[in-house]
Amino acid sequence: MMNEFAIEAVGLQKQFGQKTAVANLTLQVKRGEIFGFLGPNGAGKTTSIKMLLGLTTPTAGSATLLDHPLGDRATRAKIGFLPEHFRFHEWLKAAEFLDLHGRLHQMSTNHRKQAIPELLALVGLQDRAETPLRAFSKGMLQRIGLAQALLNDPELVFLDEPTSGLDPLGRRLVRDVISQLRQRGAAVFLNSHLLSEVEQTCDRVTFIRQGEVLETVSLHEAPTAVPIVVRVGQPGPELLAQLAEFGNEVQFDAGNGRIHLNLPNEVAIPQLANWLIEQGYTLYELTPQPLTLEERFLQIIGTESEG
Amino acid sequence: MQTVLIFAELTIRETQRRKVLWLALLLALGFLGIFGLGLHLIFREIERIGVAIEEIELGLGLLLSAGLYMVNFLVVVMALLVSVTAVSGEIDSHTIEALVTKPIRRWEIVLGKWLGFAIIVAAYTLLLAGGLITLYRWRTGFAVSNIPAGLSIMLLQGLLVLSLTLLGGTRLSTLANGVVAFMLVGIAFIGGWVEQIGSLLQNETAVDVGIVTSLIMPTEILWRQVLALLQPRVTTSPFAAGPFVVLSQPSDLMIGYAVAYTAVLLLLSLVSFSHRDL
Repeated sequence: MMNEFAIEAVGLQKQFGQKTAVANLTLQVKRGEIFGFLGPNGAGKTTSIKMLLGLTTPTAGSATLLDHPLGDRATRAKIGFLPEHFRFHEWLKAAEFLDLHGRLHQMSTNHRKQAIPELLALVGLQDRAETPLRAFSKGMLQRIGLAQALLNDPELVFLDEPTSGLDPLGRRLVRDVISQLRQRGAAVFLNSHLLSEVEQTCDRVTFIRQGEVLETVSLHEAPTAVPIVVRVGQPGPELLAQLAEFGNEVQFDAGNGRIHLNLPNEVAIPQLANWLIEQGYTLYELTPQPLTLEERFLQIIGTESEG
Repeated sequence: MQTVLIFAELTIRETQRRKVLWLALLLALGFLGIFGLGLHLIFREIERIGVAIEEIELGLGLLLSAGLYMVNFLVVVMALLVSVTAVSGEIDSHTIEALVTKPIRRWEIVLGKWLGFAIIVAAYTLLLAGGLITLYRWRTGFAVSNIPAGLSIMLLQGLLVLSLTLLGGTRLSTLANGVVAFMLVGIAFIGGWVEQIGSLLQNETAVDVGIVTSLIMPTEILWRQVLALLQPRVTTSPFAAGPFVVLSQPSDLMIGYAVAYTAVLLLLSLVSFSHRDL
């Protein structure tokens, strides 16, 4: 029976001598899900991806990709991978490069003849089929690398920093490719520093630090906490105490007279507004301030690990 | 097996695209041209003076031996240079990552590269050594015996060094790998000479030192086999034939040892690459 998870990792660990690169990676990526993998530099993201792809052997723990244990050769036929260092044999021409990787996927000659021009067109390189990769710019290499990752109509695609060398058009291309993959039902494991990208494309994101999952949040579900700002006439200490029953982290900013607090959900917003008016407060402002992914990132990861 | 052939073909295509193949071919033709010209001039001069046939064969045999010595050295160096970056270079440049994540076995990549380089080294050996001997026979009319066996052992040295550098490349940096391989060839060379001179002076310890270095790196002992097979047997005096003389006949067992050694190095390189973190 097919498992609902494309990736299921339990306690993956990687030690390099005394150094722990990944302490305990436990995560699940559903089939068809676009999954963002976030963390500061040195958090063990690259090592985690390398373990999942069988490039590096875990010191401990286990994982399955598409229901098969790590390193299973047949499973790799259903996986696409755009490496972070998208360096390829630069002496190959673009079409030859895709042909080589298609042959390694055991694609038939006819299949390759059909798929390669389509993929070149998809990544906007249809006029560069006969150009050697050494003449490619960084962005073009990333595009051809992306085409390479899609050769085999993968069920699971790992994209490691897929937009780092791309201009806004290229980034849009990556977003389009990801939404096409979503429509096909493929899962995408996206490692990116560009949080706005991740926010726009991912269904769920996980935050890791020192090789451990700190928190996994869904970007579609209603948020579990809604930060809001309230400003009323004559706020007294008793108001702050009463607000603490609606939500937590109540803080009064004496400078501008605003009260900050976190409500548990969106339903609490109109309830709070009604209550304030019933109590006779003059309500000047009540503004929900949902956190951007970047704010959540800083909140979850903390600032001490910057740099 | 298909994957192995893909990588063999890719390896040959790479040396061709990087112009290694064409430059090597061009310079090989230059080498043969110089040898042929020298041979022609010397032979014409000797014919004009009129020297005893034994003397002629000795003198020209020396030129052939010198030529073969350099060809043998070039085969070893060629095998070393073309393959020294083959694995470590792809690891350093990260090109390997998109390859090993395909539905293939890692050892197929290494074996494919080995096969590709082996074909290149074989072609190079055949061109240089074959060309040299052909020129010699054609211009002088003197016979050279055991050609297939001699060339095969010359090629065996190339394959041994190739397997060594591929193994080194799975664990060492390109530079360290090259240094190790070159130094081992150097150690084998000096060990071979210690053995030769030791045998001349009947010093058993010196002979043992040579045997041990031959076991560590059998290239020099194989070269002596090549020489013993191909060299016109005119003199056994070390002073008449210069440095290109076989004083102690190398054991045929060494050939079997070198074949097994090459196979073990190749096998180790396949296993080593299959198990390393990338």
